[in-house]
Amino acid sequence: MKTELQTSKFNWFAMFWDGFTHMTWLGKTLWILVILKLIFMFGIIKPIFSPNYLDSKFNTEDEKASYVSEQLLNRKN
Amino acid sequence: MELLSTSLVTWSRAQFAMTAAYHWLFVPLTLGLGIIMAIMETVYVRTGDEKWKHTAKFWQKIFGINFAIGVATGIILEFQFGTNWSNYSWFVGDIFGAPLAIEGIVAFFLEATFISIMFFGWNRVSKKTHLTSTWLTIIGATLSALWILIANAWMQYPIGMKFNPDTVRNEMYDFWAIVTSPVAINKFFHSVLSGWGLGAAFVTAIGGWYLIKKRNVDFALKSIKVGAIFGLVSFVLLAVTGDGSGYQVAQKQPMKLAAMEGLYEGKQGAGLVAIGMLNPAKKSFDDGVDPYIFKIEIPKLLSLMGYRDINAFVPGIKDIVEGGYPTKSGEVPLSFEEKKERGQKAIEALANYQIAKKEGRDADAANFQKTLEENYAYFGYGYLDKPEDLVPNVPLTFYTFHLMVVIGFYFILMFAVVWYFEHKNKIQNTKWLQYVALWSLPLAYLASQFGWIVAEVGRQPWTIQDILPVNAAVSSLETSSVVITFAMFALLFTVLLIAEVTIMVKQIKKGPDYSDNNIEA
Repeated sequence: MKTELQTSKFNWFAMFWDGFTHMTWLGKTLWILVILKLIFMFGIIKPIFSPNYLDSKFNTEDEKASYVSEQLLNRKN
Repeated sequence: MELLSTSLVTWSRAQFAMTAAYHWLFVPLTLGLGIIMAIMETVYVRTGDEKWKHTAKFWQKIFGINFAIGVATGIILEFQFGTNWSNYSWFVGDIFGAPLAIEGIVAFFLEATFISIMFFGWNRVSKKTHLTSTWLTIIGATLSALWILIANAWMQYPIGMKFNPDTVRNEMYDFWAIVTSPVAINKFFHSVLSGWGLGAAFVTAIGGWYLIKKRNVDFALKSIKVGAIFGLVSFVLLAVTGDGSGYQVAQKQPMKLAAMEGLYEGKQGAGLVAIGMLNPAKKSFDDGVDPYIFKIEIPKLLSLMGYRDINAFVPGIKDIVEGGYPTKSGEVPLSFEEKKERGQKAIEALANYQIAKKEGRDADAANFQKTLEENYAYFGYGYLDKPEDLVPNVPLTFYTFHLMVVIGFYFILMFAVVWYFEHKNKIQNTKWLQYVALWSLPLAYLASQFGWIVAEVGRQPWTIQDILPVNAAVSSLETSSVVITFAMFALLFTVLLIAEVTIMVKQIKKGPDYSDNNIEA
């Protein structure tokens, strides 16, 4: 017997729509937390406090290689 | 050596350790609880007993809380690779990037797709389809763990790569060697099993709490039944993979093993310390001070675990520094000074290669490249100053290792006793055991953290074993900026943790939801 997923009866959109619109307090709270967390991480932490060090200083791969090389050679004991 | 501030290295390490420790509060519960809820749902589908459905749904809710709070805590670690460990990130090239990319693309999408059916699809798809989705969700989560652990295993035992002096990057040439590395395989099973064990401890603890409160008794007994059997199997297998870990560490990271055991002077037929207290007066590997105040050893066990030979020589810290000790393969290990010399040679060869290439002296460049390749295995030693730089924090590694093992064996006993009492229908009336189950939960979290401390503190000073130490790997940032981000991450994760605990406790107090039929609580 085919499952709903294998027939045209299963509707992904309807599942998500029903799921989200009938979420309990718990589900809504968790989603809000997830969204806030992602906004904070990608919107504030990443660009302001945690940018990629090499990307922020250099444009080309050659420049990055040259910088890292200089760092590794200069830190030699 | 460029005067990198020691505090920059220390703060950068501390930040990564703190964020990794927070991340590892959520991940093991996802792994363990995921399997447990899938098992419960399987029982429901097979038996048709609605009580199992409600048991599974409750744990699914708890899984969802943990998953939602834990989501993206791992991303912070990736941010730090790019910000705080830029030399390391560049140096490892596509070795690290490939497993993380596979993790993101394959595993995460598998999880994300089927988790939606798991939560939203209860009344929309057939029982079997829903069950399949539940299993695929946890398989996706486990596959995520696989790729991260492959990447970490490569740091402990770097293979399958070749260093490119033009790009200053390690380039993967043997993907399967990295994926099937014995360190990776053992680490995967050991880490996942530790999550299973923690999940089992969690379920059993909460089951114990419900019995103490004399509510949702049937749900509690079902949870304890699954938790106890699953926990017992997990912790027994953990002992097996733990032995495997010890074997791999002995082969690939002998200094880590020496630190784990507080072994300064090597021994043939070495015993494993069962209980011991290190001597705080011991300050250096060659000060002649006895490393122990007391210890009780299991004879020969360390040699057996490390080398599968009860009479094998297990090198101590002093032997590894001085070199020349006997090995099973017959190879004579170099001393620290010899490795340092070869490391410096490799670094010099890299510098000379780059100059020669720039000046168009291809023949010279080829010779320098040959010298670099011949000495590359000791590249990282060129950054170390004195033998003490090679020694990780022995007390921290020693105590966390031994506490982890003791807790592991405790849980084997605990789950065996819980299972026995549950099987004999006695646990409902055995209050002391209900409290034991409940109060054992923090021990599972502690052991879980201790394992990673052993793995990551024990490998110091290396970010990549023998090839790149932490002082060469770290970005040249201002220490103050690292202190600020440390404080910020500490605050963020503490808030998340409080949120998780608050929400979870509320749901646990509320108990399983039977509102969709007439099942009595």
